[in-house]
Amino acid sequence: MKTLDAVDASSLRSDIPAFRAGDNLKVHVKVVEGNKTRVQVFQGVVIARAGSGVAESFTVRKVSYGVGVERIFPLHTPIIEKIEVVSRGDVRRAKLYYLRDLRGKAAKIKEKRDRVPAKPGA
Amino acid sequence: MSTNVKGVLGEKLGMTQVWDDNNKVVPVTVVKAGPCVVTQVRTPENDGYSAVQIAFGAIDPRKVNKPAAGHFEKAGVTPRRHLVEIRTADASEYVLGQELSAGTFEVGQMVDIVGTTKGKGFAGVMKRHGFHGLRATHGVQRKHRSPGSIGGCSTPGRVFKGMKMAGRMGGERQTTLNLRIQGVDLERGLILVKGAIPGPKGGLVFVRSAVKEARA
Repeated sequence: MKTLDAVDASSLRSDIPAFRAGDNLKVHVKVVEGNKTRVQVFQGVVIARAGSGVAESFTVRKVSYGVGVERIFPLHTPIIEKIEVVSRGDVRRAKLYYLRDLRGKAAKIKEKRDRVPAKPGA
Repeated sequence: MSTNVKGVLGEKLGMTQVWDDNNKVVPVTVVKAGPCVVTQVRTPENDGYSAVQIAFGAIDPRKVNKPAAGHFEKAGVTPRRHLVEIRTADASEYVLGQELSAGTFEVGQMVDIVGTTKGKGFAGVMKRHGFHGLRATHGVQRKHRSPGSIGGCSTPGRVFKGMKMAGRMGGERQTTLNLRIQGVDLERGLILVKGAIPGPKGGLVFVRSAVKEARA
């Protein structure tokens, strides 16, 4: 779809941090109520990133009062004020749909620790 | 015919999405409009009706036959590949050689788009006419996508003309009515139209102001 890159360029956002499935995000969403706008935070685990280019989207899952809630955001939507990466997850899948069948501690994702390079000569 | 119809020829570039003022996603088709040139203005005095003829698309001048070459020369433009005529009451406002492009239309306007649909080849009745076919089970053998009965027996003793059957599908002229213009990019000569339009990417399309626009 290279012919339309120029058209899409104006819709793309450049302030999206790098994140992948397994990461814990705080998504600051603009909510319009009447003529007032406020910001609501949706915090949860990214279980999927889908699509590419201007149509890319991601799915955030959280458990609220014992009920699983998932929200799918277009990555470049203007309703997102900002995205904060709270923690990075150590996962081996690109799509974490298996989390839907897990409860409690089993649904916990290990946090990713950056590997410290071995000291030379030690 | 007292309406002022505007039109422009162009090329379908493909589909993408944009966000509107309410932050909703709008699916759009991008059309590269023009540049078209006016090659003839028809007037009631000369031709009995008023219309404007526009041309679009590059062509090797050697491929243009003498009558067509003369026609383009008369308008003072280089030969083009496609010609189309627009019946409009305000034809006298156009001048020969005038260029038309995306600026012909404005955001929010309704348009019709004429194009040639993608060819599907020889297609069965399920794909071509939306028949349901026969059952998957209950003893149906090798007939799951067949049309079933195509008529009576000795009365009428023939198959009615126009019976929907398998055959060539697609590759025909189609007009999609009442599409909203979502955006106009004058710099690049692009028109963004909400929704899908007929034809493949790179296909020739004719954009004109809507003839059956719903009145508010």
